[in-house]
Amino acid sequence: MLLDVRDLSLRIGTVGLLDGLSFSVDRGEVLGLVGESGSGKSLTALALTGLAARMGATITAGSVVFDGTDLVGLKESAYRRLRGKRIGFITQNPMSALDALVTIGDQVDQVSRLHLGLSKRAARAHTVEILSRLRIPEAEVVARAYPHNLSGGMKQRVVIAMALAADPDLIIADEPTTALDVTVQAQIVMMLADLVRKRDLGLILITHDMSVVAQICDKVCVLYAGRVAESGPVRQIFAAPRHPYTEALIGCIPRDGMAPGSLRGIPGTVAAVSQYGADCCRFAPRCGRADARCRTQQPLPVVTGTGGMLACHHPVDSPVKEAADADAR
Amino acid sequence: MSGTVHKTGILATIRRSVAWRALATIKGGVAGGFLLLVVLGAIFAPVLTPYDYDIQALTNAFQPPSLAHPMGTDEFGRDVLTRILYGARTSLSVSVVAISISLVFGMTLGAAAGYFGGRFDRMVMVVVDLTWSFPEILVALMLVAIIGPGVTGTLVAICVAYLAQFTRLTRSQVMALKTETYVEAARGLGASHAFILFRHLLPNCLGPVLVAGMLATGDAIILEATLGFFGLGAQPPTPSWGGMMSSGSGLLFKGPWIILFPGLCIALTVVAINLFGDVLLAKLDIRDRLRVV
Amino acid sequence: MLGYVIRRILMLVPVFFAVSVVIFSMIHMLPGDPIENLLRVGSSPAQREALTAKYGLDRPLVEQYLLWMGNVLTGDLGTAIVQRRPVAQLVAQALPYSLTLGGLALCFSTVLGVVVGTIAASWRGSWLDQGLMGGVLFGSMLPNFWIGLLMILVFSVSLGWTPVSGARGWESLVLPVLTIGLGGTALVARVTRIAMIDTQGKDFVLLLHAKGVHPLTIQVRHVLRHALIPVVTILALRIGWILGGAVTVEVVFARPGLGSLLIKSLNQHDYPVVQASLLILAMAVMLGTLMGDLLQAAMDPRFRDSLT
Repeated sequence: MLLDVRDLSLRIGTVGLLDGLSFSVDRGEVLGLVGESGSGKSLTALALTGLAARMGATITAGSVVFDGTDLVGLKESAYRRLRGKRIGFITQNPMSALDALVTIGDQVDQVSRLHLGLSKRAARAHTVEILSRLRIPEAEVVARAYPHNLSGGMKQRVVIAMALAADPDLIIADEPTTALDVTVQAQIVMMLADLVRKRDLGLILITHDMSVVAQICDKVCVLYAGRVAESGPVRQIFAAPRHPYTEALIGCIPRDGMAPGSLRGIPGTVAAVSQYGADCCRFAPRCGRADARCRTQQPLPVVTGTGGMLACHHPVDSPVKEAADADAR
Repeated sequence: MSGTVHKTGILATIRRSVAWRALATIKGGVAGGFLLLVVLGAIFAPVLTPYDYDIQALTNAFQPPSLAHPMGTDEFGRDVLTRILYGARTSLSVSVVAISISLVFGMTLGAAAGYFGGRFDRMVMVVVDLTWSFPEILVALMLVAIIGPGVTGTLVAICVAYLAQFTRLTRSQVMALKTETYVEAARGLGASHAFILFRHLLPNCLGPVLVAGMLATGDAIILEATLGFFGLGAQPPTPSWGGMMSSGSGLLFKGPWIILFPGLCIALTVVAINLFGDVLLAKLDIRDRLRVV
Repeated sequence: MLGYVIRRILMLVPVFFAVSVVIFSMIHMLPGDPIENLLRVGSSPAQREALTAKYGLDRPLVEQYLLWMGNVLTGDLGTAIVQRRPVAQLVAQALPYSLTLGGLALCFSTVLGVVVGTIAASWRGSWLDQGLMGGVLFGSMLPNFWIGLLMILVFSVSLGWTPVSGARGWESLVLPVLTIGLGGTALVARVTRIAMIDTQGKDFVLLLHAKGVHPLTIQVRHVLRHALIPVVTILALRIGWILGGAVTVEVVFARPGLGSLLIKSLNQHDYPVVQASLLILAMAVMLGTLMGDLLQAAMDPRFRDSLT
């Protein structure tokens, strides 16, 4: 396993924001980390890259085993050598992810010069090559341009190029497409999926968009309020969601042939962090299946037959047959 | 605070309570206490000291600090502490009065410019920007040269030197406030310009502008002292903090205390004003609104 | 870019004339008749008229202004009435002293302010931050001339390290530069600190960390670079402060600069010299603002591109 996260818990001040997260990703695999805003997705990404401490967060329990070494408690200088070199990071908003005062080329060069020890000239050649592979036209010209000269989609490609520059093993992409036009979104998503296949990378794709998960992910892990609700192979989860929240999320995807007005939302909002309860299912207030037990006892995650996890007292009874059918299809 | 609303209005009560809360902090308490001490010293100067500020006794000149003269005597044998106490009267009142007048004019001008906008606003801003880019001391020097040295000249000079700052600040506050919903609602209800300006806009920008005025009083004390140092402030025998140092570096050899103590007094007062203003800003939670540049 | 520079310089022309009109009209409201100073007691009204005519003081104000402006544009600043020398000569003598002092003070406060601001921002909230910022702020609140006098007392009178006053050699520059620089240092440090803290929270800084760049490199090569833009803007706006500080400090240290010349001429009611010194100071302020704008354009590609 390339990255294996076990029982990761994290808090800022006295507030526990992540509570016992477990998931894993292997080379050539895409893991979708899904959840609404406020579910702790971005914080997870920061925790994996060792940047959560910058936000004042401390990891209180669990392990993050990357290629055999536990990263929790790793010295900052050692972590810094991993970041950018072996773990690439793609941020949410390409509009603000680049330094406005530095040319595109210099920003991408920085990674290969730092981690691969390339000379100025070699780094630039390397940069131009990566940029053109990401289908950026006239890469040499773009390398001399400043961020404000580029469109949002172009900027996101540059951010991806920076993540790729040192040829990493794992890429963590935090909502890489949210800030982009719909047409560009699809391009970027396909580009990422393509990279995973060609370079045998592991990719953790953080998103709130279930349709993106359906398109390119192999595995999915659904987060709710800092806890794992359900995880498993994408096909399985989509065909037969067992957690009511997963089911609701999938219900939010618009499909062909849907009757007008039939698109569903999920009532209510994720509870404020300060109102996170410990001994309860945090989804209970918004769940149609919740009963007294859900409000007084935390549903502990159990390993499911497909190797995934489920944390629910009253899972949706999805017909096993249908799932098998879906698999066969 | 007492629960009853006085005739002075809720606003005054709140302001008072903010000043009280500022005094209750350590920083605010020390700073406010010192300022109070200086003001009381100035008021009760005749009671506090057995000496006169303007009677020369040359045989007594250049006495170093002693029990009889805690801050020594100056080149004319006058007690330095006595002159500092009486000097506080001139320096403080000139600064406070000048800044108050400047505040009134600046607020009116700035509010009108910000509220009405258009050509009037542009005209005001051109003049304001022009004066603003000139250092206050140069503006003040020019004006004192025109009006002539003395208290009046200093007063007008300080007034004009800080007018630009208050105009700018009020204008930016009013501009920000005038797009608020309640102002538009008042206008929609047919309220007159004067009513909106005086009832809604000015009271709301009063906090930041008053604190800015307080901080500027600190600067004004320095400006007054600088003019006095050049011999352009209050004329002898009226003592003022700057005037006491106007003999300049020449006295440093014979009696450094003559210059040390008035300067220390200015420095401490200005620092106290700034500290207290800072605490007020924090208590009123308007630090961001005061950032002019 | 070149177009912008030219446009920006052309914009100074109307401002220059506006400032000159303001200065001229203010000067002519000055009380005190310089002619009085030139006349010996008991001289005849005819002599007085002759002198008044000689300096053109009997003509209408508009004519006097045009005459003065015309002369200024050809490099003739007139003749000092009291000091009886060409004003251009007086100014040319004083200017280098003021330029050296102002320039050095500007450099001093910029460098020290940026260093202090960077350190304070990097260890935000620590005792280092509070101590440094408190220190420079305290320094900036004290009256300029008093600090000058104190420094003379400590370094010249007590320790004898530097000359008390005058303008002989570089040693005589140390205390004046420190005195003026203190006020500017606080301003620069405060702006640097706020701008850096502001920038530190930006997305691109997080990504730089994610790229594995050393925090020190991030702070100096990226964050500081962004923070310097507002610093330059503020310094350009406040260049007058430095000059204003120079005026007071020159008098304290008895340096023969423009400030000393201005104060002396003000006391003597020597119109032409006051007029010329103020005009030069105003031009320095305008040029400072221009330099600030150009520097900003050089530092910020977004600003540069928005010009075309």
